[in-house]
Amino acid sequence: MEIHDSTRVLVIMPAWNEAESVGDTVREVLGVGGPYDVLVVNDGSTDDTAALAAEAGATVLNLPFNLGVGGAMRAGFKYAKRLGYRQVIQVDADGQHDPRNIGEVLAGLEHADISIGARFAEKGEYIVSGPRKWAMQFLAKVISGLAKTRLTDVTSGFRAANDRAISQYLDHYPAEYLGDTIDSLVVAIRSGCKVTQIPVAMRPRQGGTPSHNPAKAAVYLGRSTFALLFALTRKRSTIPSVSSSAQEAS
Amino acid sequence: MGNLAAFLLALAIVGIVFEMLRRKKLREKYAALWLVVGIGTLVLAAFPRLLTIVAELVGVQLPSNLLFIISILLLLGVCLHLSWEISVVEDETRTLAEEVAIMRALLEQLQTAETAEDDTSTPSGPK
Repeated sequence: MEIHDSTRVLVIMPAWNEAESVGDTVREVLGVGGPYDVLVVNDGSTDDTAALAAEAGATVLNLPFNLGVGGAMRAGFKYAKRLGYRQVIQVDADGQHDPRNIGEVLAGLEHADISIGARFAEKGEYIVSGPRKWAMQFLAKVISGLAKTRLTDVTSGFRAANDRAISQYLDHYPAEYLGDTIDSLVVAIRSGCKVTQIPVAMRPRQGGTPSHNPAKAAVYLGRSTFALLFALTRKRSTIPSVSSSAQEAS
Repeated sequence: MGNLAAFLLALAIVGIVFEMLRRKKLREKYAALWLVVGIGTLVLAAFPRLLTIVAELVGVQLPSNLLFIISILLLLGVCLHLSWEISVVEDETRTLAEEVAIMRALLEQLQTAETAEDDTSTPSGPK
């Protein structure tokens, strides 16, 4: 079941009860006209997410129960690896990520292993405030230092990965809260993956309700620090470097 | 009299663990610990002097306090062990869920490709 055209890109879309927007988002991504295959990871939805996504032309991965974004992404990476995709990109099913930016974010992979579509880098007017903002700034600063490059939005879910990063993710991609953003990124950097960011504008959600309120934001600050501290002490993954995989082939 | 009650209780615990083990309701790795606890209680109930001697040796004034400390440490250890085991199990379940989802998706792709072949039209692909 391997795909033979290695230039194709897998667009992974974790979706949990996103029936309102998933169909349109899938259609929009396919409508961009890039070499994209869309994989919707239906994370144990109780609504019509799976059917609507399939109807829109996506391959659907039905998880038997809810695993969270991290779990859904891990399943997506596993699928990508198994079918031989060399590049994947994560796009939210709620339509906040503009499918027209996919090409730009993927272009970042030319000189990095992970390319993040960042919300605060000059483009767009995505605004957060209070503890959530401080947490994001603090995390951006620490992780920028680790990655030795300027990153402004380390919690963005709009990110692309090449096959090196996919291998690393398969070794360590935590399903816990915030694990899919901070923890996975920090371990990837420490394992030797290069990270870059591409400025993108975020759109308002096309459906569903946002999960923001002050109490949650405060909890977010604490948890993100906690996640960061843990990530910093984790074991590095050994991932095949570009040169060693070339040697294996010869 | 109290000693007899303690002895019977310990005997019951050992009996229950043994029976659960025999009926495969309890895995050996958990049973071993409970058997050790049960037999330890049994020995203490049979020879209550033992607790006093050990307490004196360790320097604990009240023999019952020694018993409490041992119990608390033991229960703490058991809880930690169970948390660890459940983390492993959860991880395994997650991996299974991923595997099942991927297989189901591939199976559905095969099926649609098959029906498409019958209709001599192309299978679902990029648009």
